[in-house]
Amino acid sequence: MTARPGTSPGRSRTHARAIERRSAWAFVTPALFLLMLFLGVPALLALGLSFTNARLISPNAPEFTGLENYVRAFTSDPVFLRSLLNTFYFAAVVVPVQAGLGLALALLVNQRIRGVNIFRTVFFLPVVTSMVVVSILWTFMYQEDGLINSMLSRMTGGLVEGTAWLQQPSTAMPAIIILSVWQGVGFHMVIWLAGLQTIPAELYEAATVDGAGAWQRFRNVTWPGLRPTLVFVLVTITIAAFGLFVQIDVMTRGGPLDSTTTIIFHAVRKGFREQEVGYGAALSLIFFVLVLIVSLIQRRLTRENT
Amino acid sequence: MATIDQAPGAAVTASRTREAGPRASGRVPLYLLLVLLSLFFLFPVVFMLVSSLKPDDQIFQDLGSGAAFLPVGELSLDNYAGVFDRVPAIRFLLNSVFVTVVTVLLGLFVNSLAGFALSRMEWRGRKLILALVIATLIIPFETVALPMVYWVAKLPWLEFEGLRPVIEQGWLNSYQVQILPFVANAFSIFLFAQYFGSIPRSLDEAARVDGCGWFRIYRKVVVPLSGPVFATVAILTFLPVWNSYLWPLMVVQEESKRPVMIGVQYFNQLTPAWGETMAYSTLITIPVLVVFLSFQRAFVRSIAASGVKG
Repeated sequence: MTARPGTSPGRSRTHARAIERRSAWAFVTPALFLLMLFLGVPALLALGLSFTNARLISPNAPEFTGLENYVRAFTSDPVFLRSLLNTFYFAAVVVPVQAGLGLALALLVNQRIRGVNIFRTVFFLPVVTSMVVVSILWTFMYQEDGLINSMLSRMTGGLVEGTAWLQQPSTAMPAIIILSVWQGVGFHMVIWLAGLQTIPAELYEAATVDGAGAWQRFRNVTWPGLRPTLVFVLVTITIAAFGLFVQIDVMTRGGPLDSTTTIIFHAVRKGFREQEVGYGAALSLIFFVLVLIVSLIQRRLTRENT
Repeated sequence: MATIDQAPGAAVTASRTREAGPRASGRVPLYLLLVLLSLFFLFPVVFMLVSSLKPDDQIFQDLGSGAAFLPVGELSLDNYAGVFDRVPAIRFLLNSVFVTVVTVLLGLFVNSLAGFALSRMEWRGRKLILALVIATLIIPFETVALPMVYWVAKLPWLEFEGLRPVIEQGWLNSYQVQILPFVANAFSIFLFAQYFGSIPRSLDEAARVDGCGWFRIYRKVVVPLSGPVFATVAILTFLPVWNSYLWPLMVVQEESKRPVMIGVQYFNQLTPAWGETMAYSTLITIPVLVVFLSFQRAFVRSIAASGVKG
């Protein structure tokens, strides 16, 4: 709104300020309202419910039970402890493997060669395939008489006899790890590529002039330049790995013998399928604390470097 | 912080000039490696597509040879017909398309408007609200999912029976329960605010001298200059909504509102026929692949943009 004739410039400026303020609040209100309704309230509810024995559908009001849910998780729920262990196992393998492979792929497709864009597309393809479809597909391939075993047997001339990968406690989690990396690595290849492109070209030129070889250029120019990307990649994979759910729900339902049950799978089993939403909320918060720790470590690492 | 509006093509060209290409002698092993890797990333998808066209006994018969990956033998669309006979697959597809399109459109509007106010307008509380919005990024969806089921089961909704409005309690088995929780998104707001912040403010002032209100400035000045960030946010919203599984698993039990990912998993549990399961999987993967292959650049840029988070 511009100054109307007959008003002093000072008044019209205040008027314009008031309009700006009112418009701004009108613009942010829909988003803030929705965020409050579907993030703020549920987050507070998670905290509140975790101190109660609330059930998902029950005529009785929830009762306050203090820290009982948390005590139960760590002392009398062996399946939860197993879930924690399995989740850490999954993350411990997936994080370095996926980050490392992602970087290797990024370096490969960051070269000046013909057709490199096609390879980028191909490596990225699994990322846009839904995890549900990927899980169903690999369940089929992992069957005892499935594709993986036929290929193994053929490639080794019948030397390797495959097993029913998802039905053995020792092989189920590694099998899930393989398909998870297969699906996710293209995503991190793209992040690494973006990181590679932030490194100034002059640094490479200077290194080449100084007579640095390919390995030395990587060691002294590329790698230090990728520090911020490294932290980001590690943290996003870790948080995603902690949240492992879809593959478990579709492929193994936590079995065999609890060898693939995870934090979120267990929280959903307790809080939703068995309706103990109070206990499920406590497990979700334990998950949140883990994520928070990882994020705080990230903040520290990023600060030290800037 | 990397700029998000940078075209990946431009960045690629820049990197091309910096590292010399490998010598011709080194290229053969390099291509060999790239092709082997491509096979590793492609074989499951090709296997799925090809198997969807074969009867079950042929799928198993072909497993031992390269025929598993080739459209050879007795090919037909019988598996697809089987899927449509057994479940309302079209209905599930339409449900997912509806939920995804509405979530993306509402999200673009609501989040861009908030991003606009947070980056281009002067008002008390702006910095605090921006900090609060960014702080919520730390809460993963899995933390709030279970309490949210409890919460949405109690929310009211206005329904119309004929012309008479009726207040219904509980959002379970509805479209809104699949849409509204995912409309406002802190990361989208952040991306919009960052992008809008890079557009010169003098444009706004000029428009205001011409008598434009703030909404007109948003619509006529800022939105037309912000195609890339709208594409980025659309893609970053589209993928997780189309692929969502945990949330609809808990809040949608009725077949009439069921989205594709829940539909295919139930189908997978109930049907021993792998050919049909592969047909169903292909059916719900194709739309995303088509969108991806048509908007590849925007996809890759969006993913790279998510790297500025934190």
